[in-house]
Amino acid sequence: MSKKKSFLAIELQIRVKPDHSGVVTDGVKHSMNPFCEIAVEEAVKLKEKKLMKEVVVVSCGPQQSQETIRTALAMGADRGIHVEVSGKDYETLGPLQVSKILAALAKKEDAQLIILGKQAIDDDCNQTGQMTAALLDWPQGTFASEVSLEKDGIKVVREIDGGLETIKISTPAVLTADLRLNTPRYATLPNIMKAKKKKIANVKPADLGVDLTSRLEVLRVDEPPQRQAGMKVETVDDLVSKLKDAGKV
Amino acid sequence: MANPLRGEVFRLYKNLLYLGREYPKGAAYFRERLKSAFMKNKDETDPEKIRALVAKGDFVIHELQALYYLRKYRAMKKRYYEE
Repeated sequence: MSKKKSFLAIELQIRVKPDHSGVVTDGVKHSMNPFCEIAVEEAVKLKEKKLMKEVVVVSCGPQQSQETIRTALAMGADRGIHVEVSGKDYETLGPLQVSKILAALAKKEDAQLIILGKQAIDDDCNQTGQMTAALLDWPQGTFASEVSLEKDGIKVVREIDGGLETIKISTPAVLTADLRLNTPRYATLPNIMKAKKKKIANVKPADLGVDLTSRLEVLRVDEPPQRQAGMKVETVDDLVSKLKDAGKV
Repeated sequence: MANPLRGEVFRLYKNLLYLGREYPKGAAYFRERLKSAFMKNKDETDPEKIRALVAKGDFVIHELQALYYLRKYRAMKKRYYEE
């Protein structure tokens, strides 16, 4: 099972809404979270190696999320599940709610492996994978840059601050994909046509018994401050006097 | 022109058109160049030559996919990984 979120395409410039309550999203191109693409690619690769039987992709969100599910189906997933969350609930949808939804779905679908992107590019939380594993009490292999399935478990090479760490975890498990796990394939037109025939089930969070109230409230969203122009100085004395003027020395 | 290669050529054109939507210099620019490139060879009848041209088109498809992938990878790397 793999989970993806749809976002503002990564290469675009983003503008903050005038009332500082969020980011302008109307009419801006949405695409799948890049880390999630890598997650979907890994799931499809495992299925192609015959190590997994079925790849189910899940997306939580309004109607537009269906497009992201279709892209994942075009990449090779077998089935999609669209958890319909719209309006106010969607604005406050965070890692806690998503992980509750995923945990409920994993139990319902009897999933053996959940693969997610390590973090979302809109909120950069990096929490959904870890929370899902905690809710299900499953082991987790996060920041995976290499995954191999062995007879008695999964070997995961993780990218950590000091370098690479190799761990072995038992299934069922949760993995989160890092940038260097693989190269996601492009969904070509013939595959997109074939994907139209694949099923996308529609589910409501209430059906899964999940409560979506958020414990967080966004107070304000601001753009990063404009970069001040730098000043050039001729000599070290000049630099010192300028620093003294600015009150920094 | 009930040539089996006709189907291949159309498939190639549609694929390229689909990929061209995200072209950095603009979808319109890409479409113009694509159309003129295909029109230039429209009177070709030798199946060998047609196959070679289709292969060249497939190569362009791979190049475009690599271009898009690299663009995304570089944007992600710059944003998230400090060198």
